[in-house]
Order: sequence, then structure tokens, then C-alpha cells
Amino acid sequence: MDALHIVWFVAIAALWIGFLILEGFDLGVGMHMLFTARNDTHRRVMLNTIGPVWDGNEVWLLVAGAATFAAFPFWYASLFSTLYVPLTLVLVALIVRAVAIEFRGKGASDRWRRLWDLAIGLGSLVAAFGIGAALALTTTGLPINANGDRVGGPFAWFNGYAVLGGLAVVGFCLVHGAAFLALKTDGPVRERAGTIVRSWAPIALLPIVAWVLVIQFQHGKVYTLILIVGAVAAVTWAWISARAVREGRAFAGMAVFLLLGAASIFASVFPTVLPSTIDPSFSLTVDNASSGDYTLGVMSVVTAFGLPLVLVYQTWSYWVFRKRVSESHIPAAHFVVPAVRK
Amino acid sequence: MDPVDIARWQFGITTVYHFLLVPLTLGLGPTIAIMQTLWVRTGNERYLRMTKFWGKLYLINFIMGVATGIVQEFQFGMAWSQYSRFVGDVFGAPLAMEGLLAFFFESTFLGIWIFGWGRLPKRIHLAALWIAVAGSIASAYFIIVANSWMQHPVGVQLIDGRPVLVDIWAVLTNNTAVAAYSHTLFGSLGVGGGFLLGIAWYQLWQRRRDGIDTVDITGRVVPGEALTIPGRDRADHGVWIISLRLGAIIAIVGFAGVAFTGDQQAKLMFDQQPMKMAAAEAACQTGTGFSVLAIGDLSAQNCNQVVNIIEIPGLLSFLAKGDLTTKVTGVNDLVPSYQTTYGTTLPNNPIYGARAGQTINYVPLMAVTYWGFRLMIGFGALAAFAAIVALWITRKGTVPRSKWIMRLAVLGIFAPFAANAAGWVFTEMGRQPFVVAPNPNPSGVDGVFMFTAAAVSPGVSSGELLFSVITLTLLYAALMVVEVTLLVKYIRAGVAGAMPELAEMPPDDDSDHRDDVLAFAY
Ligand code: HDD
Ligand code: HEM
Ligand code: HEM
Repeated sequence: MDALHIVWFVAIAALWIGFLILEGFDLGVGMHMLFTARNDTHRRVMLNTIGPVWDGNEVWLLVAGAATFAAFPFWYASLFSTLYVPLTLVLVALIVRAVAIEFRGKGASDRWRRLWDLAIGLGSLVAAFGIGAALALTTTGLPINANGDRVGGPFAWFNGYAVLGGLAVVGFCLVHGAAFLALKTDGPVRERAGTIVRSWAPIALLPIVAWVLVIQFQHGKVYTLILIVGAVAAVTWAWISARAVREGRAFAGMAVFLLLGAASIFASVFPTVLPSTIDPSFSLTVDNASSGDYTLGVMSVVTAFGLPLVLVYQTWSYWVFRKRVSESHIPAAHFVVPAVRK
Repeated sequence: MDPVDIARWQFGITTVYHFLLVPLTLGLGPTIAIMQTLWVRTGNERYLRMTKFWGKLYLINFIMGVATGIVQEFQFGMAWSQYSRFVGDVFGAPLAMEGLLAFFFESTFLGIWIFGWGRLPKRIHLAALWIAVAGSIASAYFIIVANSWMQHPVGVQLIDGRPVLVDIWAVLTNNTAVAAYSHTLFGSLGVGGGFLLGIAWYQLWQRRRDGIDTVDITGRVVPGEALTIPGRDRADHGVWIISLRLGAIIAIVGFAGVAFTGDQQAKLMFDQQPMKMAAAEAACQTGTGFSVLAIGDLSAQNCNQVVNIIEIPGLLSFLAKGDLTTKVTGVNDLVPSYQTTYGTTLPNNPIYGARAGQTINYVPLMAVTYWGFRLMIGFGALAAFAAIVALWITRKGTVPRSKWIMRLAVLGIFAPFAANAAGWVFTEMGRQPFVVAPNPNPSGVDGVFMFTAAAVSPGVSSGELLFSVITLTLLYAALMVVEVTLLVKYIRAGVAGAMPELAEMPPDDDSDHRDDVLAFAY
């Protein structure tokens, strides 16, 4: 096995984990705008905690996709074409959500805002569920033939693992988003978010734990078990911190939990990147799905230079916007007065 | 319906749409950064107002570019899996670089800029905008590199029938990419310039109609104040007249640039994709003449009924080679040479599905290439001419009171958009029947090519493709309505709409007010 193939498997895993940790909380915040906010100002407080950063977080998804294309084109092609319908829905959800975040504040009527709130909430929910399902299926397998194409109809991919993965990511986003809100807001929103982490985390995280364990039982190795133990410790610590109203620690604990949990999944399935449920010999692995060494080398140089830089300036942007947002920070709704005499 | 056709429609619709939004972002971004730079340097509030007003429109448009861009990124794998497998070794790299080296910068720093008003030192806040703009410009480069590789594959070797990257530098400096990139950037400046010009014209016209601005006997403007409406003061007049003249100049520069770089591209195309250019000129017979008007059935994908009624001898040679005498090979002579090199029917390979064995038509839809090319140039020339006239008309500081001229100026906003769309449709459809065009000339790698018929995802059904193309088209149409409504709302509101503080209290940077309420909040 080629060292570059391992490097790029790790890089792709890192991009997906980065996406889940970062976009994870802003998808969660989007859902909480539907479930947890009590009034319009609460919703605006929530939205403004992710306002400056959500687009940068979403780029993690784009780069995870594009890097898969560059490093493992056969994986990219098979996964994306097999999951054609669910990914179309994810795209619609992401489009609607993106424009809703920007357009929500550009009208003052209740109907306008309620419409876009719904778009943000449902968009976040569908995107999280769809991406979770896709990630779960790439670890548990899809009905692909020797060429990597789906066998069976448009829904041949559907099974319990898809639902489990969808629920896992949605549940994680809800808890992670609440932990983020507790950390980044003040006033009633902070309290409600804290309560959600304290009382709902154990239930909402069940599906993701189940996914981790399923993979461990199917393909686990000893060192992935160690990762799982670490993940459990992190999440326990997060929960204890949340109960002690140590919001920074709770949020960090959730991030570490995801990091170790997802790492255990990726490490267990390695070197397979997409199992075939039809015939194991059709499965895609880091070796038969990858680009040539030259391409991987070029991409390694670019990534070694680019990714640390991204981490530096994204960290800086979180530092710039480190202050908690509360209701008193929210300016009055902005009515556009036509400066034109009729 | 054949899945290939649906997938092509989907790619065409989603990309043309994405590329209506992108050139505006690319053209407006640097302009706004210049405005803010002027504000930071001079402290003149007029430039702050310009930054805020145009910045508002920029962001409404930007978000649509972001939202539709995600589809582009996923679409290759979803609908064109066979293409992705074939080109993956080369094509994914520029896409990933675009994400890592451009989109991350663009999105992170734009977020900092939007929410950083009043929170960051002025110069750092300004730098954030410049970095975001640089990110947009870099992203255009990487995607054009990817596209140009499909037009002119370089830097690869064929190994087991698949192109394998051996020289990334050759891909990044592909002469097709350099020409197309500069051409696209200039085209985007044209879009941004026309946008500034049309909207500023409308605002100045409003001020004249409402009697705020008047002209003295020499025709020179006398800016006035509308005391009852906040923001419509003397500084407001300055905002619009500077925007208008800046827009006109940017548009003229843009169109001068496209003419120059377009000529370069045409010369490359005659060499790299002779069929595309021959079809663009309806050049059926080998010769030197340039067709000014061709009639007959251009849509037949053959030359049987095409008649050139006006031809300028020598001009075609000039466009292709820079002299008046070199004969340019016409469609009728190119077809047999393509047939001998690439075959007359699609091979009996399972990747062609039911299409295996079909006859290949090497002539692209001539109606599209011929008119796409002429519409691009025509709309561009029209807009450039209009920009020059506008500079002349507004030399005394305002616009005439005529409602019709105002309407023309507003309508003119659409010409550069149309030129861009026409140019891309020509480029992409002129490449057919190939998705990766073969380049028999010495600078390309011979044998690297792919028929569009082989590129589509074999496992995806027509039903799925129809579902997505219909869903996305409807969604895009609805969003276009929302976007245009919002733009119109902010355009009508003018500066005061983008700066509500004008209606309230004078902006005061050092008051403690700044710590309490966010200067910008969703
Ligand atoms: C405002 C927009 C605009 C204007 C006024 C022009 N173009 Fe253009 N043109 C484009 C916008 C554009 C474009 C949309 O940006 C394209 C599509 C692909 C590309 O690289 O640029 C393009 C493509 C394109 C191509 C095809 C390249 C290929 O197939 O890869 C040629 C030969 C030209 N142009 C030539 C010209 C000439 C000679 C022009 C006039 C004087 C001209 N263009 C004006
Ligand atoms: C720069 C990056 C671009 C890439 C990588 C790209 C790639 C592709 C691909 C893979 C297809 C489908 C295969 C085919 O039908 O040939 C296609 C078709 C098409 N693209 Fe592009 N494209 C790009 C930019 C654009 C832009 C900016 C436009 C228009 C504004 C555009 C317009 C079209 C159209 C109209 C088609 C359908 C053509 C046809 O099927 O006859 N493309 N392009
Ligand atoms: C078919 C090929 C294309 C792909 C895969 C693609 C991909 C994307 C993606 C994923 C985004 C969203 C970025 C974000 O979230 O910040 C985006 C936006 C953008 N794209 Fe495209 N794009 C394509 C065609 C083009 C072309 C032809 C250009 C320019 C020449 C272009 C320039 C941009 C720019 C400047 C943005 C920033 C947002 C905006 O300008 O509104 N793209 N694109």
C-alpha cells in the first residue's frame, strides 16, 4: 500500500471531520431557530452567532467533496452518482438555507421572516440528515457493480444504516449547536440552550454512538477501540461540564467527541472507502479508487501549505467575533425606506 | 429521453445561471474595494456611502453565487460519473485548489468584512475586503483552468486509456486558460461597469425628476438637497455621478480588454478546435472570407443549406492567423479529417449504453455557435458604445430628464450579462460532440479526448435526472424572482436604504453605542 494513499485517506477524513465539527454547530443552530427560539429576537440572536462564520464552515464541505474528486475520483464518482436523489435534496436544502440566512433580515414583515426561518430550519435539518446518511452508507456499503455504478433503482441505496446515519448527524448537530449557543449568547437563549445540552444530550447522541459501535463490531480493530474509549470520555466530560455551566469546556468536549468518534469509524473501515454490497471484490479501496502519485503529491504540497493557513485565519475570525451575543445587541429591524418621491 | 440530453440541459441551465451571478461578483468586488480604499484614505463620507450602497447589492448577489456554486461542485460526480472517473486525475486538482486557496479566503474574509464594521480597525477591515475579492478572482482562475483543460488537454500522459497528470505546471499555464481567464475577467468588468452605470443613471434621473438637482444655463449641474428625505443631499449626488462615470470607464476598459483577449482566444481556437471556429463563422468551404450574414438552415448540423450572403474576403484569415491570405479550413473539409481520426460511429463499448454504434456528427449546432459568437460580440460592442455615449452625455455632472434615455440605460445593464452567457454557450456547445476536446495540434496531447455520450453516469436513470433538473430549474426561477425583487427594493431605496443610520443619528465611531448594538446584524 502506497504511503500517499494513506495520507490522502487521512486528509479526506480530516476534512469531513472539520466539516462536521464546524458546520455541525451552525446546522444545529439553524434547527434550533425552529425548535428552541421563543420569539423573533431570540432567532436573530441565534442567527447572528453564526452570521460571520457559516459560509466559511460550509466551504469545508465543498473542499471535502472536491478533494475526494482530486484524490479518489472513483470514490467521488460512485458515491455521488449512487446517491443521486438524496444528494439532490441536500443541494436544495443547502441552497435554500444559504439564501434564507442572507435574505431573512431584508424584509420586515412577519410572513417574510417566518418563511425564511422555516427555510433555515428545514434546510439545516435536511442537509444534516442527508449528509449523515451519505456518510453512513459510504462506511456500510452501497449496491455498486464492477464499474462502480449503482445496480437497482433510484432508491436501491436505502436501508436502516442510511436512517441511522441521518439521525446520528442530526442528533449531534442539535447538541453541538446548543452547546455553541450556550457558549456564544447571553440571556434566555443561553439558558435554554444550556438546558437542552444537559437534558437531551444523552438521548440525542444515541444514534451516533450506535453508528460508531456498529462499525466497530463489523470492522473494528484494537486501536479504534481506544479511540472510542477516548470519545466516550470526551462526551462524558462535555456533559459534566455542561451541568457545571462550563460552556467552553462543554463545547470543546463535543468537538473532541466527534473527532475521536468519526476517526474510529474512518480508521475501522480503512482501507475500504466504499464497500460494495453486491460483491466484496467490487469494493472501492484507497488503492483502486485513487489518483496517480503525481497528482496526490501535488495536492499534498498544496494542502500542506493551504490547510494550516485556513486554520489560522478561521481561528482568527472566531477570535474577532468572540463576544457573546444577547438581545440588547440586536438592532431594531431594518425597514427600507424608498428614498424616492412618488 | 436520453439521459445524456437531460444531463446536458441540467449542466447548461445550472451553469449559465451560476455564471449570471459570478461575473457581477467579479466585476463589482474590486470596484467596491476601491471605493472603500478611497474612503479610508480621504475620509470623504461620499465614498463610505458608495461602499455601503454597492456593498449591499454585492452581498445579495454574492449569496446566490455561493448557493448555486455548491450544485456545480457536486454535479460532476452525480450526473457525470463516467466523466469524473476519466478526468479525475487532472480535473479534480484545480477544483480542490479552488476550494483550499480561494473559497476559504473568500468566504471567511467576506464574513469578517460584513460583520466587522465598527469592530475592527478601519485598515484591517478594508484588508478583509481586499482579501475576499482576491479570493473571488483566484477562484475564477482555478475553475477556468479546469474548463480550459477540457478545451485543450495538456500536462497529461495516456496510461491505460486514461489521462494521468504528469505536469501540473502545464495545466496551470495552459495557453487556453490564460487567454480565457483574462477574457472572462474583462468580461466581468464589463458586467460590473454596466451595473454601476445603469443604476446610478436611474438615481440621478430621479433626483432631476424630483427637482433636487437642476442645471444652470450652461447645462452644468447644480446639486440640491431634499431636506425631507434623509440621505438625498449633495453628497448623494456625488455618490451617483462618481459611480456612473466610474462604471462607464470600467465598462470601456472591460470591453477593450475582451476585444483584445478575445482575438487571442480566437487564434488559439482556430488551432486547437478548428471545427468550433469554423462553425462559429459558418465557414463551410475552406477560404479566407468572413461571413457577416449567413442564412439557410444553420441548425441542421451540416453545410448543405448554408448560404453566406455577405462575406469580407481576407478577414477570416486575419482573425485566425493575422494575415489576409492563409486559407482557413472549412467545415466540409474538417468533417472527413475528424472522421478518419476519431471514427464515424460511437464504438461498441458498454460505456456508451444504448448509444453505442450511433453515427457521430462532428458539426456542432451551427445556429448556436454562429449566433452565440455574434451575440457575444454584438452585445459587448453595444454596451461599450453606450458607455462612451454616457460619458459624453454626463460630462456636465448629471443626466438628461428624459425618461426614455433612463430606461435605455437601465436596460443596458443586461447587455453584458447576455454577452457573457452567449460566449459560454458558444464555447461549451461548440465543443460538442466532445466533452474533452481532442487537440490534434502539436501543443495538445493527442489521443486525450472523450465523447459527451460516454460521460454521463451509467447508473443514473432519466427519471432521476428529470427530477433534479425540474426541481433545480423551478427553485432557481423562484430565487431569481426573490433576488431581483430585493435588488430593486434596495436600488429604489438608494443610499439611505443601505445606511439606515443616515435617517437616525450621524455615525459616531467613538460613542459607547458601538459596543452595545451590532453595527450589522442579520
Ligand atoms: C462581456 C462579455 C464578452 C464580450 C463583450 C466578448 N466576450 Fe468573448 N467570451 C466571453 C465574454 C465576452 C465569455 C463568456 O467570458 C467567454 C466564454 C468562455 C470564455 O473563456 O470566455 C467568451 C468566449 C470567447 C471565445 C471562445 C473561446 C473558447 O471557445 O474557448 C472567443 C473566440 C471569444 N470569446 C472572442 C471574443 C471576441 C473576438 C470578442 C469581441 C470583440 C468578444 N469575445 C467579446
Ligand atoms: C469553467 C468551468 C466549467 C466547466 C468545468 C464546465 C464543464 C461542463 C461539462 C462537464 C458539461 C457537460 C458535458 C457537455 O455537454 O459537454 C458542460 C456543458 C455545458 N456548459 Fe460548461 N463548464 C464550465 C463553465 C460553463 C459556463 C460558465 C457556462 C455558461 C455560462 C457553461 C455552459 C455550458 C452549457 C450551455 C453546456 C451544455 C452544452 C451542451 O451540452 O451542448 N459552462 N460544461
Ligand atoms: C462548472 C464549474 C463551476 C464550479 C464547480 C463552481 C463552484 C463554485 C462553488 C462551490 C461556489 C460557492 C463558493 C462558496 O461557498 O463560497 C462558487 C462560487 C463562485 N464561483 Fe463558481 N463554479 C463553477 C463555475 C464558475 C465559473 C465559470 C466561474 C468564474 C469564472 C466561477 C466563479 C465563482 C465565484 C467568483 C464564486 C464566488 C461566489 C460568487 O461569485 O457569487 N464559477 N462556485
